[in-house]
Amino acid sequence: MTFEPILPWAIVLLPLLGFAVNGATAFLAPERKEIPTLVGPGVLALAFVLAVLNFVRMLGADLHDPVILPYWSWMPVGALQIDVALQFDQLSMLMALIVTGVGSLIHVFSIGYMREDPGYARYFAYLNLFVFFMLVLVLAANFPLMFVGWEGVGLCSYLLIGFWFKDREKADAGKKAFIVNRIGDFGFLVAMFLIFANLGTLDFVSVFRAAPAAFTYGGTVVTAITLFLFLGATGKSAQIPLYVWLPDAMAGPTPVSALIHAATMVTAGVYLVARAGVLFALAPLSSTVVAGVGAATALLAATIAVAQYDIKKVLAYSTVSQLGYMFIGVGLGAYAAGIFHLMTHAFFKALLFLGSGAVIHAMHEAFHHTHSDWDPQDMRNMGGLRHYMKITWITMWIATLAIAGVWPFAGFFSKDEIIWQAAARAVGPYAGWVQAIWVVAMAAAMLTAFYMTRLMVMTFHGENRLGAEERKHLHEVPRVMTVPLLVLAVLSVVGGWVNVPHAVGDLPLLGWIPHSEWLHEWLHPVTAAADRVIEEHLGAFRDAAPLGGGASFWAVASFLLAVAIILLTARAYRGVTIRPAVESAPPTGLRGVLYNKWYVDEIYDAAVVRPIIAASRGLWRWVDQGLIDGLLVNGAARLFGRLGLVGARLQSGQINAYAFAIAVGVLILLGFVVL
Amino acid sequence: MTTLLFYLFAALALGGALGMVLGRTPIASLLSLVSSLFSLAAIYVLLEAHFIAAIQIIVYAGAIMVLFLFVIMLLNLGHDYQRDLREFGWIAAGSIVAGLGGYAVMRALRADDAVTDMGGSILIETALREFNAVGAVAVPMFRSYMVPFELTSILLLVAIVGAVLLAKRRV
Amino acid sequence: MVTESLILSAILFSIGVLGVVIRRNAIILFMCIELMLNAVNLAFVAFSRAVGIEGQVFVFFVMTVAAAEAAVGLAIIISIFRHTETVDIKNFNLLRW
Repeated sequence: MTFEPILPWAIVLLPLLGFAVNGATAFLAPERKEIPTLVGPGVLALAFVLAVLNFVRMLGADLHDPVILPYWSWMPVGALQIDVALQFDQLSMLMALIVTGVGSLIHVFSIGYMREDPGYARYFAYLNLFVFFMLVLVLAANFPLMFVGWEGVGLCSYLLIGFWFKDREKADAGKKAFIVNRIGDFGFLVAMFLIFANLGTLDFVSVFRAAPAAFTYGGTVVTAITLFLFLGATGKSAQIPLYVWLPDAMAGPTPVSALIHAATMVTAGVYLVARAGVLFALAPLSSTVVAGVGAATALLAATIAVAQYDIKKVLAYSTVSQLGYMFIGVGLGAYAAGIFHLMTHAFFKALLFLGSGAVIHAMHEAFHHTHSDWDPQDMRNMGGLRHYMKITWITMWIATLAIAGVWPFAGFFSKDEIIWQAAARAVGPYAGWVQAIWVVAMAAAMLTAFYMTRLMVMTFHGENRLGAEERKHLHEVPRVMTVPLLVLAVLSVVGGWVNVPHAVGDLPLLGWIPHSEWLHEWLHPVTAAADRVIEEHLGAFRDAAPLGGGASFWAVASFLLAVAIILLTARAYRGVTIRPAVESAPPTGLRGVLYNKWYVDEIYDAAVVRPIIAASRGLWRWVDQGLIDGLLVNGAARLFGRLGLVGARLQSGQINAYAFAIAVGVLILLGFVVL
Repeated sequence: MTTLLFYLFAALALGGALGMVLGRTPIASLLSLVSSLFSLAAIYVLLEAHFIAAIQIIVYAGAIMVLFLFVIMLLNLGHDYQRDLREFGWIAAGSIVAGLGGYAVMRALRADDAVTDMGGSILIETALREFNAVGAVAVPMFRSYMVPFELTSILLLVAIVGAVLLAKRRV
Repeated sequence: MVTESLILSAILFSIGVLGVVIRRNAIILFMCIELMLNAVNLAFVAFSRAVGIEGQVFVFFVMTVAAAEAAVGLAIIISIFRHTETVDIKNFNLLRW
C-alpha cells in the first residue's frame, strides 16, 4: 500500500501564513493582541493535526522508499536539477511531528508568558516564521532546500534572541549566534559543493543511493565531505568549537529558548548527520570524530553547568551536553538511538525551559510589585518555591528524573541506549577511541544527575531567600502556562516507552512497562543503507562493555547510579546555606574557572576575534583606503586632471596661436596627401 | 611678351603682399594690399578671365578694401601707432610653417607638373566668342549654378542685416 | 602660365598664413585673410584656364562670400572696439582655459 500524503504542503505553509498575518498585525495594529493569540498557536495546531494525520497514514502504509513531492523547478542549471521538493519518509515525518507538536505547546505557553510584552505580535510572527523554516529544513528533499531552512532558522534565531533589542547585551547575543552559525554554514556549503562535484546531484535519494558505489570506504573525499557537514552541524547544534553562542542565546524570551535552543533548531545538526548517515558510515574517521566531539562537548558543558547560578544558563549548558549525547549516537552509527534521544530530549528539555520560564515569570511579578532590582533568574535568589508553585515543581521534577536517566522516565531509555551503543560499537580501527567515548559519556551522565538535582534543590527546596514583601506576590502561573507543562510532563514519562530495548524489556521489574523496539523498526527503512555499510566493514558488535557486563547490567547500574547521585546531592545541599546573589562573592578557584566557562569566550576573543579585527583594520586602512581609494580611484582621477591641465594650456585665447595650430594641422594633412 | 608681363605683375603682387604683412601702419598695409589686388587683376586678364578681372577691381579693390579703409579711419587707428608684430619666436615659427605649408600647397596643386591645357582654353575662347566676356561667365552661372546664385543672395541679405545690427551703437 | 600662376597662388597663400600668425592688429589680420582668399581665386582662375569656364563661376561666388564675410567681420571688430578701445588681439583672450 502506498503512502498518499494529505495536504503535505499545508504543513509547511500554515506557519508561513501565520507569520504573514502576525507580521501584518505587528506593523499595522500591534496592540490587538487577540489576533496573534488566535493565529500564532492556531496555525501550529492545525499543522500538527495534519502531521498526525499523515503520520497515521504512513503507519498503515508500510513505506520502504521515501515519497518525494516536487513542487517546482528551482534551479535547472546544466546537468544539475534542483527542485523545491518535500520528502516524506519515516525520519522526516517524526521530525515534523516533534516540531509541530512541541512547537504548539510552546506557542500556547507563550500566550501567558508574553502577555505584557508590547512586541507580542512581532514575537508570534517570528516564532511562526521559525517553525516554517524548521519544517522546510526537516522536510526538504535535497541539500539546497535544506540549506534554505538551515539559514532561515539561523535568521529567526537571531531575531528572537535579540527580541528585546533595545538592550545592547541582548542584541549582541543575537549577533553572536548568527555570526558563529555562519562559520558552520560555510562548512555546509563546502560539503554541498564537494557532493555536487563528485556525484553530480544534490537530491537526498540520488546522493545516498549512489554514495556506497561512488566513494571508497574511508576515502579522502567522503571524509572531507562528512567533516565539512559536521562543521555545519557543530555551528547549528552548538558543539565544540562553535557552541559559544548557545549560553548567550538565553538572552531571548524563555519560550524561545525552549523551542529553538532545546527542542528544534539545535537538533538540526543531529538530523543532518542522521539523514546523511550513509556518508558518515562510509567515513569511519569522520564518524569517530563526530562521536568524539559529541562526547567531549557533553563532558565540557556538564562541568560548566555545575557552577552556574543563572537557572537558564544551567539549562543551556545542559542542552549543549545532551546534544553531545545525540552526536555520540549518530556518530557511532546508532542513528535510531540518536534520534530517539533527540525526541525525548525535546520533551523534557522543553519542559525544563518552560518550567524555568514559569519560575522566572513568577519571580518577575514578585519583583515588579516591590520594584526590586534583583535578578529573577539567579537561583541564589530563589529557594523553597515548591510551596508556591506546586504544578511547576512536580513537572520539573519529572523532567529532571527524565534527564538524569531514571527508570521509567523517557530519558532513561534514550540515554541508556546511546551509552550502551558506545560500548557495543567499540570495534574496528577506532575501537580505543570509542571506549574512551563510553567512559566520558558515563561521566557526563553522572554530572548531569548532579547539576540537575542542584538546580531543583536551589530553586524549589530549602528556605525562600526572597523578602517577605515579594513572597506575598509569589504564586503559580496561570493555566495557559501550566497546561503545556503538564502535557510535556506526560510525554516525558511515556515518551521513552516507544523504544525499550530487549535488554531492559526482558528484565523482571524494569520490564514492567509496555515495551517494543518500535522506533528502531520505524526508522529502519531510512537507516538501512548506512547500517549495511557499517555491517560490511565493521562486522559484529560487542555484547559486553569494556569494563565487562552486558546491556542489562549497565542499564540497571546506570539507573541506580543516577538515583544515588540524586539522593546524595539532595542530602549534601541540606546543610548548605545559600546567600542571595547580591550578598554572594564571585566564585574562586576551580569553581571560578567552571563558572567562567573555562574562559573559552575570552580565549576565542584573544586568539580569533582580535587578530581578525586588527587584520581587517589594517586591510581597510592600507588596501581599501590607501591602495584602492587613494592610488587607483583618486589617483586615476588626479592623473587625468593633470593631463587635462597640460592640454588646457593649448587654449590660450590667442588668435594667432589658434591660426598657427590650424596651419600646422593643414600642413600635416597636406603632408599625408602630398608625400 | 605675356610671360614678361606676367612676371612683372607677379612681382608686384608679391611685393604688395609682403608689404601688407610687414607694414608699419594700417593704412600702409591696406594700400599695399590694394596694389597687390590690382596686380592680381592684371594676371587674371593675362589668363583670359576678363570678367573676373573686372569684378576683382570693382568689388574687391573698390568696395571691400574701401570698407576696410573706412573702418580704419572710423577707429582712428592711424596715429600714436605702436609696433604690433608678435615676438621673434612667433615670426620664426610662422615663417617655417608658412614656408612648408606653401610648398605643400604647391605640391598639392601639382603646380610642378600641372596640365597646362586640358582643352580649357578652347572652351573658353568658344564661349567668349559666343557670349562675350560677361556672358561667358553668366551663362553657365544662370544655367547650371542657379541655386548657389540664389543662396548667395540670401547670404548677402543675412550679412547686411548682421553687419548693421552688430555695428549699431545701441540696438 | 598656368603653372606659374599656381606657384604664385601658393606663395601668396603662405604669405597670408604668415600674416595671420604674426600680426596683432585685428584689421590687418582680416586683410591677410582676404589675401588668402585672393590666392585661392588665382588658383581657381588658373585652373579654369586649363579645364573650363566653371572655375571663373566659382571665383564669382568666392568673391561674394568674401565680401559678406568682410562686412560682418568688420562690424564685429567695431563693436569690440567700442568695448575695449583697442583692436590689439592680445587682449581678446576670454576663451582661455
